Amino acid sequence: MRLTSNDWRNLTLAALGLAIAACLPWLLGNYALTIGVTIAMYTVLATSWALFSGPTHYISLATAAFFGVGTYVTGIGIQHLPYWTLLPLAGVIGAVLAALVGLATLRLSGVYFVIFTLGLAEFIRQVITWGQNVSGTKGIYVLTSITEAHIYWQLLGLAALVYLLGWAIGRSRLGFALRIIGDDEQVARHSGIHTARAKILLFLVPGSVAAITGAILAPRYVYIEPSLAFAPMLSFQVVIMALLGGTGRLWGPLVGVIPFTFLWEAISITVPNQTTLLLGVSFLIIVYLLPKGFVGLFGAIRRRMGSEGLV
Amino acid sequence: MDIIITGFLLGGTYALIAMGLNLQYGMARIMNLANGEMLVAGGFAAFWFWTAAQVSPLLTVFVVAPVAFAANWLLYIVFLRPLVKRARSRGQLEVDAILTTFGLSFVSVGLMLAVFGGDYFSYSYLSFPVHILGDSYGANRVAAFVSAVVICGALWLWLDRSRAGLTIRAIAVAPDSARLVGIDVGKMAALAFALGGAVTATGGALISTFLTLDASTGVMFTLKALIIVIMGGVGDVRGTIIAALALGLLETFVATVIDPGLTLAAAYLLFVIILLVRPQGLFGRRSA
Repeated sequence: MRLTSNDWRNLTLAALGLAIAACLPWLLGNYALTIGVTIAMYTVLATSWALFSGPTHYISLATAAFFGVGTYVTGIGIQHLPYWTLLPLAGVIGAVLAALVGLATLRLSGVYFVIFTLGLAEFIRQVITWGQNVSGTKGIYVLTSITEAHIYWQLLGLAALVYLLGWAIGRSRLGFALRIIGDDEQVARHSGIHTARAKILLFLVPGSVAAITGAILAPRYVYIEPSLAFAPMLSFQVVIMALLGGTGRLWGPLVGVIPFTFLWEAISITVPNQTTLLLGVSFLIIVYLLPKGFVGLFGAIRRRMGSEGLV
Repeated sequence: MDIIITGFLLGGTYALIAMGLNLQYGMARIMNLANGEMLVAGGFAAFWFWTAAQVSPLLTVFVVAPVAFAANWLLYIVFLRPLVKRARSRGQLEVDAILTTFGLSFVSVGLMLAVFGGDYFSYSYLSFPVHILGDSYGANRVAAFVSAVVICGALWLWLDRSRAGLTIRAIAVAPDSARLVGIDVGKMAALAFALGGAVTATGGALISTFLTLDASTGVMFTLKALIIVIMGGVGDVRGTIIAALALGLLETFVATVIDPGLTLAAAYLLFVIILLVRPQGLFGRRSA
């Protein structure tokens, strides 16, 4: 694999950004660190979501399901296994679940996939709740010495992994195949690409990453119960942040995550009942005003300035 | 026996709701994920008329249906027609429609939360028992079932026999060819969409007589209606009715025998089986 000077520049910039982000816990107060964890979490979730949904145009609402499974892996596993084994375990379980979902739906049209993933979190939640009722247990306590800063660093590490993976996929044969599928699935099939397999393989990424994220964040909740771990709102927030930023570039979702997190925080503090309204309006803004997200907007502005000779 | 009749009564009302979604998705080709909110709005209207003026929900329907028709027609013209116009492919329209109707769904939940608050809504209407085959059932369930059957039957007759119904079926089967024989596809799609909304809101008014609703339950009904429509075959009226009855039976069975908290899980499992075994639905034709 040969890297151009452009690649080296991007890699250096990314490493520098990561190093600065890693120093933040020493500089920020507690509240700012909480926001930092939220931003890091959504960056990981939205970027891995966009890796799959960007090229394939399949809208996955399964994030909450994978995330919830991940929190339960930590919640149940921490009593029996050392902590460091839990994150890979969550990743594997998430990937297996994603493969099953993919096998069932990714051969079919996008609508089936949306409905299937929308129902998945609710399905697992009902089954776990039922299991708890039958066995007479309630939620699970996750008591660890893991601090907010530890969670933040783990998420940063995961984010670095996701970016590296996204970059590697973009350069691989799989990435090339996916770009063709996104352009025209029929053409892709005729040129000998196994479209269903490519989509299923790629769907493993958001599945496994979301499960690991859930496993990392479980100690933050202290007390885990199904309605908290499988909150459906999470899936929608991730979709909005990724689309708001734009899925055309690897760094696109990050551009959506940061402003949306602050907006969400502000709205939840001032008018907590209106967060659903905010979600709805954001969806409409994305469809009618920003179909390519902020990334597309930047591109359009740059082109216009270029054509008027300003740049 | 008890389970079968209760399931049938529930399934009949489900059929009405799913019929509304089928008109919107099967005929007008818009996957409307805000469908459940229209149902909740219909239910709220029935609740409000009953508590404020003791107007029977069975009469409220005659107000709810035209209002919902107009509202859905406006929604189609304002939000969805531009998407239909700009879409280059069916797939792109689907993605756009999904995002837009999710947006509309959240906006309506937000508005309903602001107006009605997050409380549960239920009221007592026709809550005396009726005896059928030795067991007793709520009169409200029976009334809702009978109304649903009447409305479904009228719809089916209209779609099957009238000229307008024929045109709507034509745009469902072949939107491109329908244009060639002089059908105004845009107008008919708007009509089908509006009619679907009216049917769903009517179903909501009926279902509110025996189920408790709150501002955010809409998405549950959307999911159930989608599962019914897909199971019956998109665009197929007969299939929708049979699938709705099957779902009503299954839910009632699971709720009474296993656990009432598992009804959606059961519906979802049914959906998974359909996807794996017969993705085109019970009566659907396999597409190329």
